[in-house]
This record gives sequence, structure tokens and C-alpha cells, in this order.
Amino acid sequence: MADISANLLGIKSPNPYWLASAPPTDKKINVLRAFEAGWGGVVWKTLGSQVKNVSSRYSAVNFNGARVMGFNNIELISDRPLDINLREIEECIRLFPDRAMVVSLMADNDRESWHELIKKVEDTGAHGLELNFGCPHGMTERGMGAAVGQDPEIARMVVGWVMEKATIPVITKLTPNVHSPVPTGKACVEAGTNALSLINTIQSITGIDLNTLVPNPYVAGKSVFGGYCGPAVKPIALKMLTNITQDPITSRVPVSGIGGISTWRDAVEFMLLGATTVQVCTAAMKHGFRIIEDLCEGLNNWMDEKEYKTIYDFIGKSVEKITHWEDLDINYHHIAKINQDKCIHCGLCYIACEDGSHQSINLQYGKPYNTYTIKEEECVGCNLCQLICPVVDCITMEEHRVAPEYLNWKEYQRLGLPLNDH
Amino acid sequence: MPILNNRLTASEYQQNFSDIHPPFETADAALVEANRCLFCYDAPCTKSCPTGIDVPKFIKQISTDNIKGSAHTIFKSNIMGAGCSKVCPVEKLCEGACVFNLMEEAPIPIAKLQRYSTEKAMANHWQLFKRKPSTGKKVAVVGAGPAGLSCAHMLSREGVDVIIFEKENKGGGLMTYGIAAYKVTPQFCQDEVDYITAIGGIEIRYEQELGKNLLLADLQKNYDAVYLGIGVGLARKLDIPGEELEGVADALTFIYDIRDKGYEHVAVGDKVAVIGMGMTAIDAATQAKRLGAKEVTLVYRRTENEKPCTQAELDIAKMDGCNIIWLAAPKEVIGVEGKVKTLVCSRMQLGEPDASGRRSPVDTGETFALEVDMVIKAAGQMPFEELVQKNGIENRAGKIILNAGCETNIRGVFAGGDAVNGGKEVVDAVQAGKNGAKAIMDFFGAV
Repeated sequence: MADISANLLGIKSPNPYWLASAPPTDKKINVLRAFEAGWGGVVWKTLGSQVKNVSSRYSAVNFNGARVMGFNNIELISDRPLDINLREIEECIRLFPDRAMVVSLMADNDRESWHELIKKVEDTGAHGLELNFGCPHGMTERGMGAAVGQDPEIARMVVGWVMEKATIPVITKLTPNVHSPVPTGKACVEAGTNALSLINTIQSITGIDLNTLVPNPYVAGKSVFGGYCGPAVKPIALKMLTNITQDPITSRVPVSGIGGISTWRDAVEFMLLGATTVQVCTAAMKHGFRIIEDLCEGLNNWMDEKEYKTIYDFIGKSVEKITHWEDLDINYHHIAKINQDKCIHCGLCYIACEDGSHQSINLQYGKPYNTYTIKEEECVGCNLCQLICPVVDCITMEEHRVAPEYLNWKEYQRLGLPLNDH
Repeated sequence: MPILNNRLTASEYQQNFSDIHPPFETADAALVEANRCLFCYDAPCTKSCPTGIDVPKFIKQISTDNIKGSAHTIFKSNIMGAGCSKVCPVEKLCEGACVFNLMEEAPIPIAKLQRYSTEKAMANHWQLFKRKPSTGKKVAVVGAGPAGLSCAHMLSREGVDVIIFEKENKGGGLMTYGIAAYKVTPQFCQDEVDYITAIGGIEIRYEQELGKNLLLADLQKNYDAVYLGIGVGLARKLDIPGEELEGVADALTFIYDIRDKGYEHVAVGDKVAVIGMGMTAIDAATQAKRLGAKEVTLVYRRTENEKPCTQAELDIAKMDGCNIIWLAAPKEVIGVEGKVKTLVCSRMQLGEPDASGRRSPVDTGETFALEVDMVIKAAGQMPFEELVQKNGIENRAGKIILNAGCETNIRGVFAGGDAVNGGKEVVDAVQAGKNGAKAIMDFFGAV
């Protein structure tokens, strides 16, 4: 059995799975249930100035009958009284001392408010702080959340205030509602944050009720932009995580990865791109805390198969595999191959290639079943047919290098090699 | 062993004759299946439908909650799409070709999804077609069965006025008269005829029988074209001794009575033999059982490999507890006091392939006897040979011969459906009606 425990700046947890700052972590009853289920840690839902929430709060994007492919919310930070939150945090730490307790914070935009809040939270015995510079709705209108994270200089200033006071590790949570998370990430690292986490939610409208014409989620005939999350955002989160783990300055600090993690496979991907721990919310909101079992078991089995003893044996291993387009090997070429024994003659590869790609699939008419074959000389190796084929391993991509040596675009131009003639 | 009616209670009848393929109970249930559909390109299901319904499209339209569009997609190709969703042998047509079969997975329930959309369209009286401006042309259609109705609807869409002459007092043809009650109800058949004719420009005149109170010559004189969708009518005779005994019934009459008179008014024996293994034979056997017959035996002269019915149909008969005797041909019905007592059968064996390509049954000379009190004949139907002959229409053993343009040897007289093919599925007749309408429009264009 592999050791799946994590240690982020001394914040220890028996596994790398933390519940993200959100409704599942806003009170003792949930957090205790999560710890009982086996979660490694929690980031307690953001504490700060007193707010009030509205009804309704969530909406979702379904896809082809599958529910909640994407999810959004317009909920603000914790609307419970601060003293109750602090008391419950303390109780949870006492009952589960081996679990990570990080508390998310979003104070009013002045040094005193931050210092006061940090003092109160540290008194609970919490193991770390997470600065919420990412919440994209509601709080931004008050100059907080993403309003801080979107401006590197404001973020730098606030982190500076925090570092003056904090005695426990500080994680700064970044917003994805920027062209790149790096400028703010850099400012925060330079101002002394001990770690980063990302992504927070993405501003969104999930849909519109075609009867009432009101977008979701519905609040008395109106709606607002909500924060998008769930499986749909994972690719964006992975990209932004890589921006952070590849940058020479932001990569100096450890990262807690967030964004659409639903399975152990998702978690491994975040860790391969540099995350030390991962945070989960939507999947737990959808299925409950019980998903932690497979999250841990799947990770453990995969690590055993790959012979990784600890998570540090593979964290960051894929970071260097994301390169610049100009460095890609132009001499690499692969061609689709259709296994006729597996083909079910649905024609999806054909029509996708014909209308959406390079007209590289041949249709031989049959009644009722057509035969589809690859025109090897036409195939550009784009993968579209393979992605669309409903049968596992029916279409495979076979390597046919143009030439054995590595050749990138700059070299290609320098050598004056021919461009496409069609 | 008496032949009796009223064998069961009202609730037993209700249960026995309830919808054999019930519809989706909820929209969500339909969505689950609609979302499974792969949306194949040049789809095998569509290619396996005689009317060429764009199946992937209509299913996609269910999944996007465009039910009106879905129904239109179906009806555009098959105006009897609602009825066909209940009576088509889909396991050998669309569903049999579904690519999921090739993955050893359950095919998409295409018929059930088709029923989902078309039932909504009928219940809400959605009129999905608009007639083109009148062409001033008038066409006489003989027979209000699937071929005639399909032809009439297509012509009406093109701005042609149609009068349908029907010999019975209800429309729908074999859909109304020849199919088991647990598949389609008489009310449904009536609703379907009403739905089709609601487009306008179609008038049905009932109890008008060609060769009796209706003459082809008059139709030719009074209309711009004539379409014959007269079907097949006469039950094939067994031509064996005892066929006239009390207790020997014709399957179509038996099936029709169940639909027309009500279950409790149809008499059935204790022990029933059904001759044949086509869809009609199955419908007769299962319904005899469901009316309360104690023992029903299907007798067929070839083996299971040559059976004309589908496996799904045979399974219904087996599930209903019907016995099956393969390689047996009726030889004689023996009666006592004029009533059926025994069916004597010849044991057969398979010989050389015949014209149908199936191995033909050959008498072994051995016989056996079945003690029965009722024999139902379902050995196929005969075309109206005499009628066709008398009207000078070229035919092959009564089956009307057409040129490439669906026209008979008589200029301006077109035909299609069972009268031409000798008896196929409803869906084949619908396509024949469409082809006929197109041929008639071409004919109008040419003259």
C-alpha cells in the first residue's frame, strides 16, 4: 500500500483530499461527517464581514441526460455569525486532530480588519489560512474576492497585511477570471504568501428558462453571473495550474489544486501538473462525502501499479511535458486506423471527418451497414474520428513518422521545407 | 368440448388484451433512451425502414424537447408512423439494424420512442402539414388501408383533392381489421384515420366496393387518376376435407370479430389448432389463448428456420403458452354431428428450396391426429384475382403488375400495397402509397 498522506507546509492530512471552501464546509455538522467519511482536510467556508444570502443559489448545466456537468452558484461567504463559526472550527480540530483545518478568509479591505480576523482564527488552533481572492460574485461589488485577485497590486498589498500578522501557513486562492493567473500569483508570492491555490469559480450564466426568459439561478425574476465549477471547468483549471507551476516565481510555492475534481483520476492529473493537495466541492455536493472512499482507493491502487511510494514521487511529473507550440516535433505523424472487427458502422467518424476535418475517411455503401476505411494519404492525424468513435479501441492512431529526426517549426522554416499545397 | 364465448371476467379480458408494448410512462424515461442514441450517420435503422424515416433525427429531436419537430420528421416519411410504432416487426427492421446490436447491447427502443412523439402529436391534434395551393386535380383512391391513406395524404399535401372509396364501414384497412387487439385498439385506428384526413382535401366514402357498387370505368371517367390500394382479401383455403365443418374459422374474421364485437362476444374452443406461422397466425393463436382457450396449438408445415413470423412474435405465442408443431400440414378435419372433433395432419420433411428460396415441405406419408374443437386458418390471404382480371388489369396470380412508375397496364390507373406485393407489412404499404402519389404527380406533370 502506497502512502497517500500529504504535507503542505506542515499542514498534514492523511490523504491529499481537502473539501474546498464552500457549503459542505460551513458548519460543524458537515465537517464532522466529512472527517468521519475519511476526508483528509477541509477549507472552512470563507469567514469575513456579515452577509446575507438569497434564494435560489445554484444552477447547473446538464449534458445529454447527464446531470450537473457544470454547476454554478451565487452564494456569498459564510452568512453565519463569526463566533459560532470559530467555536465550531475549534471543536472540529479537537475531535479530529489528524485532519487538516484550513480556514478561508475574506476581510474588509483594510489592514485592521485582516489582522483582527487572522488573530481570531489562529486562536481556534487552525492549521492554515486561505485568502479568498477569487469569489467572482457579490463580494466583488464590495471590492472583495475576485476584485482583489484581478488586480495584482491590490493582492500584493493585502497579502502584505496578512503576512505581517499570520503565524500559520498562508495559502492565497486565485481567481480564473483573468487572462492569466500568473501576474496576481507572482505579486502574492513576492508579498510572501506561503502557498497558492486555484482555481476559484468562473463567471458564468448556465442557461435561461425558455418559458420565463429569466437566466438561472432564478431570484424573483432576475439572476446574476454565478461562479462556474464542476467537471466542465477542469480543463481550464489544469491549464491555469500549469501556468503557475511553470512560472519561475510562482512555482517556488506549493499549490493546492481546485476545479472540477470528481475522481481519483482527476486528482492525479492535478498532482501530475504540480498540485500537492487537491480540493473538491461540486462532486461532494452532488454525491455526498462517501466519494472519498474511491478517491483514496483509486489513488492508492494507481500508485501501487506505478510503484510510487508517496505522492511526492509523482507530483509535478507532467509539468515539463507542456511545452511551446514552436518546440513541437513536426516530423511526428500518426494516422487513424479503423478496426473492422470492432466497427459498428455508425458512421460518426465519417461524417465528423467529412464535415469537420480533412475528408480522410472512405465510405463504401452497404445496406444497412456501410464500411468505413481511412484514406491514409489524406489523414492528418487530428484524432477527431478516434475521439468520436463510440467503441473502445476501434479507432487507434498509429505512428508513421515523416522522418526519424526531431524537427520544430523554426527549423522547418529555416530549412525552407515545403508548406501544404492544398 | 364446446366452442364458447364469455369465458373470462371483464378484468381478465382487460388484462389479457392490454397494450403488449406499453408506452414510456414519463418524459424522463423517454429521454434516457433518446440520449442513448448515437445519432448514426447514414443510419442503418433508417436504411432498414421501408419508409426511410430519419430515425436518428427524430430521436435527437426528442432529446432536445422538440417533440413537434420529432413527430413531423416521422410523419413526413410515414403518415402512419403512429400505427407503425405499434405494429411494425421492428426487430427485423429498424431496431434489428441498430448498431447497438453489434456491441451486444440492447438496441434503441425506436418504436417506443416513435410512439412517444406520434402519440403526443395525435393527442394534441398537431397539424404538421400544410396543403399546397389546389392543382385542380382529383384522384380516386380505392381502399382506405395504409397504401390508400398514405397515397391520399401525400397527394393532398401536393394540392390534389382525393376521394377514397372503402368497402368496409371503417378506414385503416388491415390495421383496423387484421391486427391483434393488444397491439392497436379500434379507437386508435379510428383516431389515426381521422388524424391523417385532418389535413383536408381527403373524403372517405364507405361501403363502396369495387366491382359491386363501384366501377373502375366510372372512376377513370370522373377522376384525373385512380389509385388501387385494394389489398388482399380472401383467406387461403386449405382445400382439405372437413373445411366446411362448424368450428373451422378464418383467422382474419376471428381477429376482426375480437376487435369489432368485443372480447366476451367472441367464441373460442377449449382446444384450438391454428394453421400457419405468419404474423396473422400468431395474432390468432395468442388471442385465442387470451380469450380463454385451454390449449392452443400452432401447426406449421416447415421448420422454425423457415417461419414467416419474427422471433419476437413467436416468443409472444410461446409466452402465452401456445404449443407449436413444426413440419405438420393439415390433411383432414373430422367432425361429429357437423362439428370439429379432430384435425389430422401429415408429417412433413424438408425437401428442395422452392420459389421463395426456402426449403419446401414434402409429405412423409405419416399422419397424426389432434383432438381439437376449433381450427383457425391462417395460411395466408389471396389477392382479388377475379376482380383484377375482370377489370383487365395485368396481374400475376392476382397480384397487380406495375411499370416502373407504379402504373398498371391501364393509363392513369396506379396501384400499390398488398394488392401488388401479395401481402407485406403496413410500413411497406405506406411506402407504396407514397410511391404511387409521386407517380401520379409525375403523370400529372407529363399530361
